[in-house]
Amino acid sequence: MRPVFFIPLALFLFFAGLAGYMLTQDKDQMVPSGMIDKPLPEFSLPPAVDGLPGAARANFLGGKPKLLNVWASWCLPCIAEAPQLEALKDQGVEIIGIAIRDKPADVANFLNRYGNPYTRIGADDISQLQIEIGAAGVPETFVIDGEGNIRYQHIGDIRAEDVPELLKILQDVE
Amino acid sequence: MIAELGLAALWLATALSVLQIMSGVMGLRGDEKGAVLAMYARPAAVVQAFLAVFAFLLLLWAFAITDLSVKLVATNSHSMKPLIYKLTGTWGNHEGSMLLWVAVLALSGGLLAWMERRLPEKTMSATLAVQGFVALGFYAFLLLSSNPFERLPVPAMEGTGLNPLLQDIGLAVHPPTLYVGYVGLSVAFSLAMGALITKQVTPDFAKVMRPWVLFAWVFLTLGITAGSYWAYYELGWGGWWFWDPVENASLMPWLAATALLHSVSVLAARDALRTWTIMLGVLAFSMSMLGTFLVRSGVLTSVHAFAVDPERGSFILALLALYIGGALAIFAFRAGSIAEGKRFSVSSREGALVFNNVMLSAILAIVLLGTLYPLLTEAFDVRVSVGPPYFNPAGAIFAIPMFLVMAVGPLLRWKQDKPARIQFELMLLASVLISVVALVAILGDYAILPVLGLAFAVALAIASFLPLRGRNIARVPTATWGMVMAHFGVAVALFGMASESAFTQERLAAVTPGSTETVAGWTIALEGVDPVAGPNWTAVEARLSVARGDEEPTIITPQARNFWAPAQATSESALITRWDGQLYAVIGDQSDDGRWQLRVWWKPFVTFIWYGGLLISLGGVLSIIGRVRVDLKRRRATRKARERRDDKIAIGEQAQPEPAE
Repeated sequence: MRPVFFIPLALFLFFAGLAGYMLTQDKDQMVPSGMIDKPLPEFSLPPAVDGLPGAARANFLGGKPKLLNVWASWCLPCIAEAPQLEALKDQGVEIIGIAIRDKPADVANFLNRYGNPYTRIGADDISQLQIEIGAAGVPETFVIDGEGNIRYQHIGDIRAEDVPELLKILQDVE
Repeated sequence: MIAELGLAALWLATALSVLQIMSGVMGLRGDEKGAVLAMYARPAAVVQAFLAVFAFLLLLWAFAITDLSVKLVATNSHSMKPLIYKLTGTWGNHEGSMLLWVAVLALSGGLLAWMERRLPEKTMSATLAVQGFVALGFYAFLLLSSNPFERLPVPAMEGTGLNPLLQDIGLAVHPPTLYVGYVGLSVAFSLAMGALITKQVTPDFAKVMRPWVLFAWVFLTLGITAGSYWAYYELGWGGWWFWDPVENASLMPWLAATALLHSVSVLAARDALRTWTIMLGVLAFSMSMLGTFLVRSGVLTSVHAFAVDPERGSFILALLALYIGGALAIFAFRAGSIAEGKRFSVSSREGALVFNNVMLSAILAIVLLGTLYPLLTEAFDVRVSVGPPYFNPAGAIFAIPMFLVMAVGPLLRWKQDKPARIQFELMLLASVLISVVALVAILGDYAILPVLGLAFAVALAIASFLPLRGRNIARVPTATWGMVMAHFGVAVALFGMASESAFTQERLAAVTPGSTETVAGWTIALEGVDPVAGPNWTAVEARLSVARGDEEPTIITPQARNFWAPAQATSESALITRWDGQLYAVIGDQSDDGRWQLRVWWKPFVTFIWYGGLLISLGGVLSIIGRVRVDLKRRRATRKARERRDDKIAIGEQAQPEPAE
């Protein structure tokens, strides 16, 4: 047995230990929006589906904090998110949707299948608002306070464990 | 049904891999009881190969018909995609590419079991057991954490599409090619472990291993070459190598395999470098697996990380610990008991090969360190990004002596040689080096590395043909032609790299239709910018009328594309290829005043980078052909000798001892 033959093993064990440690560490994969704590930009989007009004900045003024949900009918995580939005709506939260690059028929289909938690859905056909508020994908959810300021951003689908946290934030910004 | 059938095939293959391990281990016992079970190892490997490939074909089918009840298809495909991209989408995602990986792994294990008859049965049993063990781990990974055949409870209405960057014909070829290379090295790994376990590290073993290494290495070379060209024209950044972790992940096994290729040749020809060859055999496949881990786990941030998932990362890390850690542990305890190979002097062919092996390993260490360094510093909460300013000079420190020895090494004799014997060649190469450096220095003020690169490229190109000097060309073995070709390819690629980095000219301008720009003797006129639409994208397309000197203008059309499924913007470069370089044009955004950003490069001899890669692969192919032909000839001669002996016995003559092979 020669010690020199143990060097590769020692080096590898060091790497494996380091990689194992790094895997357990939380990693910031998300890029938060630069718009947090800034006012919502001025916008006015047409309705995305028959039967629900479109969305504009004015809809967020009025004293009560609301959720702005960026989603699309072609987005699979949005399906997973639907029950959670429903739960939030049942808690009395008003959710305004922004449908990204969508078609009215598809939106209607989606709402029929997975439920409709929205009071309004604006059609953002060219991702204009999405980019302006710093959302990198779908779904993303923003907490907007009563004065129209962006106060919090949730990236990705809302899981069941996120619901209480979002409710608390909504309460805090009131 | 398709998905269920594929899943069943995978589970069956998994069961067969367990049988393969058990039979292999029983074969190691060497007694009669063991032999009863040992006979199942080969068939288990062969049937497994059929099942795994079958499973992959079924997934291809599910993508071809866009079966949206399969989750993987729904999340990665789209019914409106062109058929070719539906198919290539099969491996444009984590699960599908892991299935491809497993299929290739099983296929190479099956081929090994089917074709290889030269090794001692015990070594073969150990090898097949190791191959089965590796396969089992990846089957478990696939089935337990990344099942490609998972169904959706409710079929999706429409798929989410494939990352537009991946919707390119280059992607149809690039990953499968690389995977054949990566996974082909698993055979070298298993053979090395088999030989180590049975202590049969012999020239015969090296002759068995060599074609496998060559085969994997040819595919790795092709894969890296294709990947580099793809990044060059598809990303639209004008560069051909970015030292991105994923690129490094493919380069590291290549470096290890290149070293292994040369060391296995020494072992085959001279019975030297026994432990070193085993070490490299383990290292090469370890680098393949490490690459997979780095790309898939998300511990490193990369532009390529399309399947980041820490849970999968833990699984791959456990596999790494098991295989690499296990192999290195066996190596540590066992390598000392492998008898030392034949001795040789420093100035000999072996000496040169050892030197370059060490240099290749050093470059590998540099790349490995640079790739893992961010991981190390992030453990202390410091974020760094390691790029060309580190890799280029640090790699060059070892690459330059390597090129020197590479030019001279093939001229030396085995075992022992005097440098004075090749005085003429040495003087020739030295004068070429000096004159090229002097010439470029007169031409202009260029950075040191590109100038050295040009000089070495010219010297190496000449040196690669010097081994043919004074030989009867008709009688040069095919394998030697392979070496000449591969070394010449290195020179060609090096020339392209150095020339691109020294002589590239760039023009960045904001233009309006009708205006004209010039770069490096080319005039580029913007004729107009129009919207165009493809099957799943829309784009603005610039019409550029391009002419070099007084020649007839050519129209080229770079695009800025917007894909809508999923939404993403990409840049399609437009290229004009001439024998002495490429014109590379990219259209950017429109500014508020209505002008378009236009970026144009003239890249002299940039294509030589990829021609070089192709020549290197061709060298590998020639080498395989040469080795296999020699081997077949020898087999035929042995068979004839045996027949003649049997005939003599039949007519009652005294049997002569069989001639040594």
